[in-house]
Amino acid sequence: MTELVFTKQKNINTLNDIHEYHGLWSWVTSVDHKQIGIMYIGTGLIFLLIAALLALVIRIQLMVPMNHFVSQSAYNQIFTMHGTTMVFFMGMPILLGMTVYLEPLMIGARDMAFPRLNAFAYWIFLFGALLLYFSFMGGGAPSAGWFAYPPLTEKAFLFDPGTTYWALSLLLVGVGSVATAINIIVTAFTLRAPGMSMNRIPLFLWMMVIDSFLIIFALPGLNAALVMILFDRLLHTHFFAPNFGGSALLWQHLFWFFGHPEVYILIMPGWGAVSEVIPVFCRKVIYGAGFMAASTVAIGFLSMGVWVHHMFATGLDNTTLYVFAFTSMLIAIPTGVKVWNWLATMWGGSIRFTTAMLFATAFVLQFTIGGLTGVAFAAVPIDWQLTDTYFVVAHFHYVLLGGLVFALISGFYYWYPKVTGRMLSETIGKWHFWLSVVGFNGTFFVLHILGLLGMPRRVWTYPRGMHGWAELNMFSSICSFILVFSFFLFAYNLVYSFFKGKIAGPNPWSAWTLEWATTSPPPPENFDSLPAVNSRRPLWDLTHEPDERVAGIGGQPA
Amino acid sequence: MSKALQGMLLFIASEATFFLMLVMSYVNFHKVIHFSAESYLDPLKTGMFSIALFASSFTMWCAENSFKKQNRGWLRFWLAITIILGTIFIAGQGIEYADLIEHHITISRDLFGTTFFTLTGFHGLHVIIGLLLLLSLLGLCTFGRKIEPTSGGMHCIAYYWHFVDVVWVFIFSVVYLWRYV
Repeated sequence: MTELVFTKQKNINTLNDIHEYHGLWSWVTSVDHKQIGIMYIGTGLIFLLIAALLALVIRIQLMVPMNHFVSQSAYNQIFTMHGTTMVFFMGMPILLGMTVYLEPLMIGARDMAFPRLNAFAYWIFLFGALLLYFSFMGGGAPSAGWFAYPPLTEKAFLFDPGTTYWALSLLLVGVGSVATAINIIVTAFTLRAPGMSMNRIPLFLWMMVIDSFLIIFALPGLNAALVMILFDRLLHTHFFAPNFGGSALLWQHLFWFFGHPEVYILIMPGWGAVSEVIPVFCRKVIYGAGFMAASTVAIGFLSMGVWVHHMFATGLDNTTLYVFAFTSMLIAIPTGVKVWNWLATMWGGSIRFTTAMLFATAFVLQFTIGGLTGVAFAAVPIDWQLTDTYFVVAHFHYVLLGGLVFALISGFYYWYPKVTGRMLSETIGKWHFWLSVVGFNGTFFVLHILGLLGMPRRVWTYPRGMHGWAELNMFSSICSFILVFSFFLFAYNLVYSFFKGKIAGPNPWSAWTLEWATTSPPPPENFDSLPAVNSRRPLWDLTHEPDERVAGIGGQPA
Repeated sequence: MSKALQGMLLFIASEATFFLMLVMSYVNFHKVIHFSAESYLDPLKTGMFSIALFASSFTMWCAENSFKKQNRGWLRFWLAITIILGTIFIAGQGIEYADLIEHHITISRDLFGTTFFTLTGFHGLHVIIGLLLLLSLLGLCTFGRKIEPTSGGMHCIAYYWHFVDVVWVFIFSVVYLWRYV
């Protein structure tokens, strides 16, 4: 039997067996990428539950026409906090946390390139996020939506400090994101194990490196916009105040220069996780790995040049509209390559429908639906008709919830055994999956129709007698209870399995990337030695004859 | 390339994008609105102070050379000169701001004040951060251990300082020289 665990300590089965991790102090002072990763993900999950509850309040308010479940101003605060939380406090920390946890393990390193910067980035994120939630007590939460369009966000229109909290909080969180992005890139470039060339690192990391470049170049757009709105509010400058010659449109340009790459920043880790999960559970090498990596690079470049498609309704000239409609549609090609590759990987594989694989499969379907409505939006006339309706809400929830969150959950079921040493319960997992699928599609599919019927997003309520509105909203709201319940079931599974789950062992899925070549959970030093890395599947090579091995990215024999 | 330098270059790339956004915002307003207050700017005076900043890039390069030759005496000398030149630039900016404010041109007066003070203010902030970093280098040279400053720290701060200079080339061209084109 070939040795498959490359650590000196072999008797680590749960986090409890690692005495370095005992006690709160070891976590607060930690610069260990695994502890920081766990804290990142844990914080993100707590914010996920908070934001899911906020969403539930929105759905209850919209359940029946002329409802008074919450007040108008509370409603505005709730949907703003829901959006901001989901994007900045759930999506970003979970995807950064997963990468921070997995990257050194996947490339056979001891830790990240800058461990202290890593800890700094987590803590500044945490306190930045808490600052925004403090605004509920400090005079009112922000209430201008997650993209905070001026002039509404100018002090003349929103006098309460909510928007100021919002801008300050996102500046802090943004600093943390850029710091971690730099860390991720430098780690991937400098700390790879011998033999681990760039074309042998797992696709998850490929996508996260591209993702980090996007963070580095997109976040400054947001930071500049935030600084300007802060100055407008605190120093009485006039960047976005049209009555002083300022330009509200400038905010939209700056914000969406960040905002559009941001949605790719959010979805890329999802693609990455699914690209690791699908091959393992189909027992096949991923189809077209080179195309997978290259299409991510293409999307990275294109995503920096499409931001105006969020602004089609602002009266820009036709040339601008056509150019940005064209670039937006172009993105469908590399994205289609990805969907094709995932399907081709499943094709003819011996698929094992574990919960992770179920979520990955649902991801492919739902992400495709979200992608198709996205292409529809790139067509200017469709956008003019549907912009700021519930069709938009349906579109981005299909991409970010049906896409990203499903992919992340797939990744959780896949990597949870590595992180905690215990398997997530598959029984609860199957329930979780079916409730999620029913709840998600029930809640959001009908929103497409509501959008087509003309229901604007962000309305507090709607009149009686609108054709179909009451019925569809009621249906959506009922399903949203199922969806939110499924999230709490997931949280229960995470906690329950942490104490009672089956012991996983080093490599429960017979996977082949390096993170499975150490104990579950890995000891603080990760590895004491490393297997020879001769391909993208080092663990496969250890147990198989050379003629069964596969080529590297780009087709060269690896 | 060392880890530290890679990290610094990525950070600079991010910062450069941030300044690009600020410059674009300035240009965005400049192309449609005639800034009357702009005539209070003195390109010649600010140009003189700018030369101090540009010269400091050269002295920083000299400091790096001395570092390579392990010559701590000259390293200290060139770092001190760099710090003095940077301080002269900041002092010049202070004088300019005081002048403008005397003429009631403030950040909240009009769009010129808004964009001008935000853009040059953020640059000034970066120069001050650079000066603090240089001071810490000088401190390490004088009071530090024999291995300090490390070559990573030395090179990163040098790159940062050059970056701050290059940004000023663009800001100076756009804010002070554009109206003569």
